[in-house]
Amino acid sequence: MFRLFPFLLLLSTEALADERTFWRQAREGVEGYSAVVGVETNKLIQATGSQWLYIRNELIAGTGAWVLALTVFALACFYLIRGKVCLTEPRSGEMIERWNKKERWLHFYTATLFIILAITGLSLLFGRSLIIDWVGHEAFANYAEYAKIIHNYAGPLFSVGLVLMGLIWFEDNKFRKIDGLWFRQLGGFIGNKHPSAGRMNGGEKAWFWLLMTAGFLVTVTGLNLDFPNLEQYRLVMQISHIIHSVAALLLIVGALAHIYIGTIGTEGALEGMITGKVDKTWAKQHHDLWLETLEKQSSTTCGERKHTTESISQNKSETLLKKS
Amino acid sequence: MARMKFICDDDRCIECDACITACKNENEVPWGVNRRRVVTLNDGKADETSISVACMHCSDAPCAQVCPVNCFYTTEDGVVLHDKDLCIGCGYCFYACPFGAPQFPQDGAFGNRGKMDKCTFCAGGPEEDFSEAEFEKYGRNRLAEGKLPLCAEMCSTKALLAGDGDVISKLFSQRAVERQLNQEESDNSASGPKLWGWKTAYKE
Ligand code: SF4
Ligand code: SF4
Repeated sequence: MFRLFPFLLLLSTEALADERTFWRQAREGVEGYSAVVGVETNKLIQATGSQWLYIRNELIAGTGAWVLALTVFALACFYLIRGKVCLTEPRSGEMIERWNKKERWLHFYTATLFIILAITGLSLLFGRSLIIDWVGHEAFANYAEYAKIIHNYAGPLFSVGLVLMGLIWFEDNKFRKIDGLWFRQLGGFIGNKHPSAGRMNGGEKAWFWLLMTAGFLVTVTGLNLDFPNLEQYRLVMQISHIIHSVAALLLIVGALAHIYIGTIGTEGALEGMITGKVDKTWAKQHHDLWLETLEKQSSTTCGERKHTTESISQNKSETLLKKS
Repeated sequence: MARMKFICDDDRCIECDACITACKNENEVPWGVNRRRVVTLNDGKADETSISVACMHCSDAPCAQVCPVNCFYTTEDGVVLHDKDLCIGCGYCFYACPFGAPQFPQDGAFGNRGKMDKCTFCAGGPEEDFSEAEFEKYGRNRLAEGKLPLCAEMCSTKALLAGDGDVISKLFSQRAVERQLNQEESDNSASGPKLWGWKTAYKE
């Protein structure tokens, strides 16, 4: 502290009462007058910057690096031990539509933007310690300049994707009692159980709600950081930056797990999202209640549909819960 | 090696804002950017106090610690400079700096920040000394000319001091001691030596 303010040291030894008041005011960021117009130009010292520096450099970058590394490590271990979750019965050859075209487009639109945002964002957080030595100072700075711009523009587009996802998948992602059972059976990842699930299983719902909540936070704080011309105080920017980074890191951890499960982790999952169709065997193993609902739907007339759908999954999940 | 520092004597600063103007003119800084500013606290009250502030060329500069492209460097003279060719205008240095020294010209839509600009202690930048590129990006390199920053050089009350930290802090503490002595003397007799500063002006 004193290294920063050699003159403060001098003044405090002078022990003049009002000088001390002045410097206390200055350090507290008391606003005065300045002929230089602008935001906070009338403050001498903005003291929370040092806390922000500590939180960003030590807690977020330091802890964040560990959390990301451990996530990748854990997924790799899981893959080595458990391997792919395969279909336990042979494919039936009968295909069922799981994701319609709109859903698939929305998924990959948001996913692409997410990956762009994650890479450019992580570059600003870790690039200095990881990439500069590797590609050179100038090359990294050139890249980082584009990374910043791309990040700033891709952000709001990503948020549009989030909002749409929230709208079309909200109904399917409401938590129901049956999801508790899914979690208690560890989603079938450990052990040989095939826990019951509707169109979305407990894990998918958890990911959806992480996306919605952390996504909301990154959106609000990101928009704030996107527009430094709105005359925000530095404190607002510092807090926004912290929330933005923490929420984004949580999303990246979630996305790593999601990508793992959706690709090499589960047989047949990715093909569902790419082609929109899944094998009936797959549907039965992973989303039995959903399959039942679909089957029931096609055998009832359209007027009765909605009512029956709900009561079927309701009844089934109640029996399942009793059994467990 | 000398470590360059600024000290502003709040007992002497009369808020004439000449340092701001001198800096702007000498360095031809970008539009909307002021590398130096004068802040007055308790304006209009008996304990009104003004200080001229710019980059303080910190020893362990917070700005340098957060810069994602690591574009800051400290010169042999202890001046904290940065490389505008590397800067990406992220604003992190501005969030970390206690003095609000880093400034940004707007560049492009939505308030996108351009390259950061801040006080260079009139020491130019990484470009070759006295080159046109150096002047254009960073302003005058007075240090290389053997001169001190213009703001301090032309300060009419010598409130703003710039130079080797050891030298100017000695000067400053000597001032403070003498001021104290003068104060005591003038308290005892009506004809004591006159002092600089508000305490005389307001007869506190
Ligand atoms: S810009 Fe701010 S943090 Fe960096 S050296 Fe100058 S005063 Fe210190
Ligand atoms: S604005 Fe420029 S100098 Fe400041 S931290 Fe960002 S890249 Fe570094």
